[in-house]
Amino acid sequence: MAVPRSSKMVFWMFLAPVLCWLLLLIVLPHIDLLVMSFSGENDLGKSTWTLQNYRNFFTEPIYWNTFLRTAVFSIITTLITFLLAMPVAFYIVKVVRPRLQGAMLMMLLLPFWVSELVRVYGWMILLRESGVINHFLVKFGLLERPIEMLYNDATMIMGLVYTSMLFMVVPLISAMESLDDSLVEAAYDLGSSKTVIWWKIILPHCKPGITSGSIVVFMLVLGNYLTPNLMGGKNSLWFTEQIYNQFIASFNWNQGAAFGFLLLLLSSLIIWIGLKLSRQKLGEVAS
Amino acid sequence: MDIDLSVANLVKKFGNFTAVDQVTFDVPQGSFFSILGPSGCGKTTLLRMVAGFEEPTSGTIHIRGKDMAGVSPNQRPVNLVFQHLALFPMMNVAENIAFGLKRRKVASAQIKKQIDEILERVGLPGYAQQRIDQLSGGQKQRVAIARCLVLEPSVLLLDEPLGALDLKLREQMKVELKKLQSKVGTTFVYITHDQSEALVMSDRVAVMNMGRYEQIGTPQELYNQPLTPFVAQFVGDNNLWSGEVVEQSGNNIVMKTEEGFVFRTAIQGPISVGQHANLYLRPETMRILPTEKEALNCFNVVVKAILFDGANSRLLTVTPGGQELLVALPQNRSFDHIKPGQAIEVGWHPDAAVCFKAEA
Repeated sequence: MAVPRSSKMVFWMFLAPVLCWLLLLIVLPHIDLLVMSFSGENDLGKSTWTLQNYRNFFTEPIYWNTFLRTAVFSIITTLITFLLAMPVAFYIVKVVRPRLQGAMLMMLLLPFWVSELVRVYGWMILLRESGVINHFLVKFGLLERPIEMLYNDATMIMGLVYTSMLFMVVPLISAMESLDDSLVEAAYDLGSSKTVIWWKIILPHCKPGITSGSIVVFMLVLGNYLTPNLMGGKNSLWFTEQIYNQFIASFNWNQGAAFGFLLLLLSSLIIWIGLKLSRQKLGEVAS
Repeated sequence: MDIDLSVANLVKKFGNFTAVDQVTFDVPQGSFFSILGPSGCGKTTLLRMVAGFEEPTSGTIHIRGKDMAGVSPNQRPVNLVFQHLALFPMMNVAENIAFGLKRRKVASAQIKKQIDEILERVGLPGYAQQRIDQLSGGQKQRVAIARCLVLEPSVLLLDEPLGALDLKLREQMKVELKKLQSKVGTTFVYITHDQSEALVMSDRVAVMNMGRYEQIGTPQELYNQPLTPFVAQFVGDNNLWSGEVVEQSGNNIVMKTEEGFVFRTAIQGPISVGQHANLYLRPETMRILPTEKEALNCFNVVVKAILFDGANSRLLTVTPGGQELLVALPQNRSFDHIKPGQAIEVGWHPDAAVCFKAEA
């Protein structure tokens, strides 16, 4: 079918900002980073092509240990977030009276009006050695002396879960809203137990929501810098910190760029595996 | 005869509102029982109590002699065909039908055999691997019924399953459902607001209004001998006259309508001279241009319009007092000369009408 000239122009007019944005802010910097990650200096201080930056990653255990640790913890965080978000979404959509639904969603959203930095500092005020929780525990005689609750893996994961909760709950809510109650009742009527209803009806129905929520949360956690750094402290060993260190502390942009690309590869790979395991396509999830 | 479903003094209250009020009925094995009522009359609540989704406030439900109090829906020997069918969209036809069997841990070879049998029975052989969204409305209907029937329930409950279909398909499915029921012999309890569905398919019909049963009977009884004004108005079409009783001897009365007609008729229940009565007269009981007038109540009307609808054609007529009356127009061509605007005489037999004392 022939498209009129003017409508073609309108199409390009609306597409242009998106293309510019993609090109200028995503594609060009990445090309530059890619080039940078493959270059280094030879003994004479001249710039040459090299694989050294990538070789460093595999020869230095601290790098790939951090890398694996970040991946595993990101997956754990995504799982915990999902396990917590599922009942919350179910409660908001199917249990609470419709009038309260808006208020509940608002309550979920409200903490996110404050910047992540402030929220993390909030947690630190609560958890640190001289913090609120320790103060009361000591006061009521439950502890003899304050203990340090910050700077361990559990606290860090808790902080990450807290930060990403909303990004899991919202897609789950929208997936669950389209679930017809009579499907649940029909399954119940046909003899299923509550567990079977969850496994056979609710979870399969929410699958697109679960996948898109998990992808968003996983990427946000994997690329998070602030929360692991502040709540996990020096022990956190998050891969983004390695990248930061290369760029800012060591001023080794070439090494940092290589790490950045490895992180990009890692997140793409894990998401691809996740989609394969749940037999879904990225296009289906995004729509 | 064995009773499959027995409901006694069933009451359901939501706060101050009584949705179901002292309902009692028995459904014999293998029969097609309908509950007919306008929307909001409590029929869905009644059905949901039988299925186990609502707890009765008081009263008992027995299925094949077993008390169902405290038994959850997944443990009851009844299955429900939902209003919008509630087929599982993520499963194909075979998986939908197998769903209940798998919950009962039936062996997979047996499940496959039963799926083929039931699909054959509902007239969808070879449809096992189809996706739900590939089926037409009537086919979905049959899958939904098959999914329940394969579990061989004591009672199959149907919640207005034909409501979403278009008219032609609905007429077709009515006949098919009736045929299917007599073929499989399962007890059907069917709720509907469509009186024609209830009349065509059922062995017995209960008419329900405001949470109570108005009358239980065969379709013929409900149509020909309604016991309450509500049933007379709700089941089939009726013309209504109000008037005052001027003579009375036993059940036979003479009443004078508001516009001055004097009719002889029979009344149900006690009444005395001077009280008001309502008279219900079906369109087909009125004879156009009667030849033997002695026994009939006769009067003149003017034809306003001819409502042609094949075998169901009617005349819309108006009395001198301005009241509109529907008169059935037999399509045997003997009344082809009647034209709009013409004055004609109509008459009806005193036994043909139903008459009740008017509520004060």
